[in-house]
Amino acid sequence: MTSELDVAYVAQLARLQLTAQETELFQKQLGDVLKYAEKLREVNVEGVEAAAHAVPIFNVFREDTACDWFIAAEALSNAPRKANNLFIVTKVVE
Amino acid sequence: MTKRELPALSIVELTDLLRRKEVSPVEVLQALGERIDAVDPEIGAYLAHDFATAMAEAERTDVSLPLGGVPIAIKDLINVEGQQCTCASKILRGYRAPYSATVIEKLRGHGAIPFGRMNMDEFAMGSSTENSSAQVTRNPWDLSRVPGGSSGGSAAAVAVDIAFGALGTDTGGSIRQPAALSGIVGFKPSYGRVSRFGLVAFASSLDQIGPLTKTVHDSALLMNAIAGHDSHDSTSLNAPVPDYAKNLGRDLKGIRIGLPKEYMIEGVDPAVKSAVIAAVKQLGELGAEIIEVSLPHTNYAISVYYILATAEASANLARFDGVRYGHRAENVSSLFDQYARTRAEGFGAEVKRRIILGTYVLSSGYYDAFYLRAQKVRELIRQDFVRAFEKVEALVSPTSPSPAFKLGEKMTDPLQMYLADIFTTAANLAGICGISVPCGFAEPKSAKKLPIGLQLLGKALDEARIFQIAHAYEQSTDWHKARPVIEPIAA
Repeated sequence: MTSELDVAYVAQLARLQLTAQETELFQKQLGDVLKYAEKLREVNVEGVEAAAHAVPIFNVFREDTACDWFIAAEALSNAPRKANNLFIVTKVVE
Repeated sequence: MTKRELPALSIVELTDLLRRKEVSPVEVLQALGERIDAVDPEIGAYLAHDFATAMAEAERTDVSLPLGGVPIAIKDLINVEGQQCTCASKILRGYRAPYSATVIEKLRGHGAIPFGRMNMDEFAMGSSTENSSAQVTRNPWDLSRVPGGSSGGSAAAVAVDIAFGALGTDTGGSIRQPAALSGIVGFKPSYGRVSRFGLVAFASSLDQIGPLTKTVHDSALLMNAIAGHDSHDSTSLNAPVPDYAKNLGRDLKGIRIGLPKEYMIEGVDPAVKSAVIAAVKQLGELGAEIIEVSLPHTNYAISVYYILATAEASANLARFDGVRYGHRAENVSSLFDQYARTRAEGFGAEVKRRIILGTYVLSSGYYDAFYLRAQKVRELIRQDFVRAFEKVEALVSPTSPSPAFKLGEKMTDPLQMYLADIFTTAANLAGICGISVPCGFAEPKSAKKLPIGLQLLGKALDEARIFQIAHAYEQSTDWHKARPVIEPIAA
């Protein structure tokens, strides 16, 4: 569990462009944080169930009925680029 | 009652005047607006406020409702239809909420007027409000210090009487810690007690909305308004909501309060330590039985928290892709380039740091060692509290290991900033409720005395009892009556 963090690689996974300075700085700072977190290795977790959250709620269902929600104009009201009642996205096929 | 004195009132005092028609909601809002104009340039708590809309609401509000005519300030990550909701991030600059959060509908149902968008750490990531992309918020007790965070704008505004009360959010202490550092009352409800619908998500298994107020009674009144089940939030608990004000005024006979031995650690500021010891003695004099308890996994809470919270944040913040809302990079060469540059331009340093950490702990090869292990230790932390609450009704500790620190002091060392949350994160991990109430001052004889907060934690859904204990303590002291005096920033 020693820190093998490669900030530049993880930034690619996270779709986040970092400058060389940011990469270097985060490498050091997050290395410190991960070193601190190494103390979790001391804990005996055998047989312990992982807690996704702290309350006993599991599947929550509702009736499968239509209800009023955004109309297109409302859904598009904050879109950085839009046309013809649609979001404009960057080309994804060549 | 002059206009000058109105903003200094508690919500209980204000609603009493409003109901007796000694002041009108319009006069209240005008007085508040004048004080904001006079004081906020020194503090920087408000990112924006829509006075015209609030005035229109003030003119038609029903003062017979429990919060009729009371303006409530809103942290800038809770949606109010038609108003900005930027999370103090460049990536959401210009965003206008197309709908209102459930807590906003509930506040309005009780007659309150949502007024003002309060500064915060970007996406609620921070303990000082210094991670805001918009502006600095200063601690009203000492303008060279932080107000705490991430709900620092909400806390500072209430402390300096430019808000009667405010909503904030608490993911790892972001209501309780700024309340402590700013000398006010901050309440974190049990997970699931208050709907998160309409709250911009940071760490979904930890986030809760709660009130920041001048008094415990005010806090209970705001919780009466915002608590309860909401079918729009699948983690919202379908449990009856008691009247949180009903136990106020009862004594503490028969109540057992636990002092976790792991919380009186080295590194706690001596002034904080002595204030908390005095407060525990006071709770004993009020009739509570004080019992030492143990929370053996306390030492792991910060590590677990920063693994789980960043993992959840990295997933939640994936939605900021420059397509549906928010900032979008120009002249991109590919979809990948659009994502990577949009996010590079839109997010600040701390948000980037947490996305990297969260992505790393979830990535193939590290998931088991970090994320899964942290979830298991989270369960052990939760069990610590279950066992402690078999012996006691509440736990007491400092809220923060130190009073307000200097602006800039911890900005270059994220780990030191994370350790500011050492007493607060466990409650979020365990899903329990907690409050911070003023319990003294560091350097009480200095012109710039710094508030200290006492944290009381209660088991899940036992909010009413925590209000009872906090109120009994508060009313037996004068700490909550002290107010900061605003002086100009030294040149």
